[in-house]
Amino acid sequence: MTQHPFLALTESDRDEMLGTIGVDSVEELFRDLPESIRLGRELDLEPALSEQEVFAHVAALAERNADASREVSFLGAGMYDHYVPAVVDAVLQRGELLTAYTPYQPEMSQGVLQAIFEYQTAVCELTGMDVSNASGYDGTSVAADACYVAKHATGRSKVVVTEATNPQVRQVVKTYASGFGLEVVEVPHRDGATDADELARAVSDAAAVIFQQPNFFGCLEPAPDLVSVAAEAGALPIAHVDLLSLGVLEAPGRYGAALALGEGQAAGNFASFGGPHYGVLAARSEFIRRMPGRIVGETVDTAGERGYVLTLQTREQHIRREKATSNITTNQTLLALGGLVYLTWLGPQGLRELGETCLSLSAYAKHRLAERAGLEPLFSTQTTFKEFAVRVGRNAREVVAAARERGVHPGYALGRDYEGMDDVLLVAVTERRTPAEIDRLADVLAEVGA
Amino acid sequence: MKLIYEKSQAGRRASALPHHDDLPAAPEIPAELRRSRPPRLPEVAEFELVRHFTELSTRNFGVDTGFYPLGSCTMKYNPRINERLAALPGFARLHPLQDEDGAQGALELMWRLQEILAEVTGLDAVSLQPAAGSQGELAGLLLVRAYFAARGEAEQRRKVVIPDTAHGTNPASVTMAGYELTPVRTDARGNVDVDDLRGKVDEHTAALMLTNPSTVGLFDENIEEIERIFHAAGALMYYDGANLNAVCGISRPGDMGFDIVHINLHKTFSQPHGGGGPGGGPVAVRKMLEPFLPVPAVVRREDGGFGLDFDRPQTIGKVRGFTGPFGVFVRSYAYLRMWGPRLREMSETAVLNANYVLARLQEAYDLPFDRLCMHEFVLSARTLKREHGCTALDVAKRLMDYRFHPPTIYFPLIVPEALMIEPTETEAKETLDAFCDAMLAIAREAAEEPELLKEAPHHRPVKRLDEVRAAKQPVVRYAFDEARETVEAPKGA
Amino acid sequence: MAAAESYPEELKYHEEHDWARLDGDEAVLGITWFAADSLGELVHFEPPEVGSNVTKDQSYGEVESVKAVSDVIAPLSGEVLAVNDQVIDAPETVNEDPYGNGWLIRIRLAEPGETDALLDAEAYRQVLANQ
Repeated sequence: MTQHPFLALTESDRDEMLGTIGVDSVEELFRDLPESIRLGRELDLEPALSEQEVFAHVAALAERNADASREVSFLGAGMYDHYVPAVVDAVLQRGELLTAYTPYQPEMSQGVLQAIFEYQTAVCELTGMDVSNASGYDGTSVAADACYVAKHATGRSKVVVTEATNPQVRQVVKTYASGFGLEVVEVPHRDGATDADELARAVSDAAAVIFQQPNFFGCLEPAPDLVSVAAEAGALPIAHVDLLSLGVLEAPGRYGAALALGEGQAAGNFASFGGPHYGVLAARSEFIRRMPGRIVGETVDTAGERGYVLTLQTREQHIRREKATSNITTNQTLLALGGLVYLTWLGPQGLRELGETCLSLSAYAKHRLAERAGLEPLFSTQTTFKEFAVRVGRNAREVVAAARERGVHPGYALGRDYEGMDDVLLVAVTERRTPAEIDRLADVLAEVGA
Repeated sequence: MKLIYEKSQAGRRASALPHHDDLPAAPEIPAELRRSRPPRLPEVAEFELVRHFTELSTRNFGVDTGFYPLGSCTMKYNPRINERLAALPGFARLHPLQDEDGAQGALELMWRLQEILAEVTGLDAVSLQPAAGSQGELAGLLLVRAYFAARGEAEQRRKVVIPDTAHGTNPASVTMAGYELTPVRTDARGNVDVDDLRGKVDEHTAALMLTNPSTVGLFDENIEEIERIFHAAGALMYYDGANLNAVCGISRPGDMGFDIVHINLHKTFSQPHGGGGPGGGPVAVRKMLEPFLPVPAVVRREDGGFGLDFDRPQTIGKVRGFTGPFGVFVRSYAYLRMWGPRLREMSETAVLNANYVLARLQEAYDLPFDRLCMHEFVLSARTLKREHGCTALDVAKRLMDYRFHPPTIYFPLIVPEALMIEPTETEAKETLDAFCDAMLAIAREAAEEPELLKEAPHHRPVKRLDEVRAAKQPVVRYAFDEARETVEAPKGA
Repeated sequence: MAAAESYPEELKYHEEHDWARLDGDEAVLGITWFAADSLGELVHFEPPEVGSNVTKDQSYGEVESVKAVSDVIAPLSGEVLAVNDQVIDAPETVNEDPYGNGWLIRIRLAEPGETDALLDAEAYRQVLANQ
């Protein structure tokens, strides 16, 4: 058999090494394994492929997907087709960063540690919070993590989530909550946004209130009111935010949220069929010892030079074990680094312009859909950011299928998650869409009889 | 080195965005929701950005830089073809909510990966959804609970047994899943103490969580007996796949009697570790646990097409968005296809490399369990500490001067001054020899010139860092020039 | 600077490496030199609330170094009258002066009879010798 390209030992290396170990064969190294539990045959897998063959095979699979380079896509619902600049790829492909692990040894890892410190700073700036972790898995699991923080911070055993929060976030919160004994209560939306009075009636004895800003329908919630209601009831107000909205929308820390979290994908990651991305999790300083996951802190070396280390590690599972603030170990550092590079690329002006462009283009889309296809926004009284719901007059999944045949993916069929919305499309308009593409969307929706 | 924020100059920017002059005015954002103060993101030109992050990379050490025997982390080579494949637009720009007919290639890749992982683990069904090992653990424990709930035994079975050598994630996951922890000791040969175990497993036991080979790098010689004890008590067996790299194609967790396995795609199957993630933590289970797996399931339909099945009434729910970290799947799938049935050679070589390094180092360092090891092993620096005052930490720091990444230290907790070494299958004999030479030289230095160790590292971008200071006065973000204004926050909680 | 090893004769000890200085129906509690030395330089003390009750043999707080965390076990039961703010502000005080400025809490005894079960310095030294 030919030498495998991922192995480096030659026959003579092997013989010499076995001699040093004092055994006659590799087989002998496995003598602790009882016969009864051995496989005793070759793995039933297809034969090994060369790089060229695996490229051809996997690239052929990629060809069979209708990605956003093949369709004009208005699909969002939590994952967005924002532009990812080339500098992100360039940095993330640096082998020193790509192939390192968690910076347990700070002297070997100043690059990653400083980058995480810079990322934490960016997240704190955007959210108005005091402390950010090094990232969580995604925008769903950080919400579950935040519930764990709230449960222990308040000693309460109920969490309130608005129905206008991303359905997947709610599902993951429910899965985790069943494990650590939290009841999950949902508060319905009224005409696309959450009613503060209705929230007030649900919030007593809650450990936390989670709401999304902008919410899943793209509408702006009365966030300061929701936060006040939660805080008055002694519940931690938790804002689930879109980082890219925070050039134009207020930082949750400024209106009193205790924790801010979100899905980082839109900022610097490709959609990649759902991952890997990074979850953002930030909090006011009083929760620093309850934060899950890695946190990087500044310090000095023995010569007095500034440097960075993982800090407050006694929160974590490798030290506190069953009493840890979370079980998370490996997080999403590389994707968070992509986020940092992207936010650096944007800068404060770019972030604001991007937000304004999303606002303008989605407003233009509303206008064109009304004008050319006769489609009116479902929640016409609400201000929306980059996404809006529109009633299409027939089953939205059929509209999606018909529009896709014309090269346009018109959005997400909200009936998949919300009762009574079978004829509602959620249309996302990022800065990547052009006015001409929006016109095309309107024409296609008119054609397919929406 | 300066922070990117310290290089920032007002007015600079790295991005130019498309402009649309003719658009109608954007809607006004209500004043109370409008941003009141811009975030102080860096303001740099594009080339400054590239230089900054390039400089950061030169202050970091990865597998691409050199030998990285970080025990329990399986720091193997990450083939570059995987990066090219994951970046293909058909994957990178594919939306997870795309209709099934527009995602057939992605779904097929996931289905094929599931099939391969089922064969490698010797189990029947796989969910790729968990984002990393620890989330796989949590999913696995929720599966255990759902299984016993369906049998009416949820209230009765409240305990999960974990050996004292386990990763901290195991007990942390147990708590998060609402179970009680039952710790079990390790015997003098490094196996689970079966006598201790017998007294602790009964009708209240839900499951065992075991890493095999264990975190001390030893295959549990009593695995058959352990399996009998748990299954006789009606409990389930959970396999922490952290050390799967030792046994691929040789012995499968399913063959060992385990009912649930999580696999660390970033360890065994070469997803680059990324400075601390992403990972991937698929779970594989026996048939009887399949109905409880997370939704959606990736399935092959009767017409040969692939789809997502949400109709699983007994599911534990979702632990993460969508179907999991797909980009990780592309890399691990490509990697597995390049091995095929030859995966056995990967594990055999990993075990050979570890035993070779062990054989060369055991004279100079203490060996707590004098056995052949699997893919990794644990040494102790306790003699160095007693005789020369040099600790495992000092050895680790001195290794940096020899241009090696240190092993994992102070883990597992049952071994004092632990040095946990995992060479992986990747390395050439010359590299292993150079590492052994360095470790032996360091042991001599500890006797002759201990200050060399205690003051190490001498040749890194920073010297030893003050972790006490970092923990006492946490500085976790840049303060900018001004004193930060206090965030006005309700003190409700 | 960390203090030198010592176990004052006038104190009572608990085998989980805690001490008590009895003072009428009150007691001052802390951790022993051995406990502080095992943990290394302390960076954090998580105290109980004043007014809460601590129970003999159960944890009433946590002390942390950079790489370890330990429950602090109450050698006696009682109501917390005071916590040592100096240790909260400068946890290394425990390493520097474990039996003086490094005390952790003051309690009013709930079960004065519990003191009979505590160890004297000699017996505690024996516990250490057997570890």
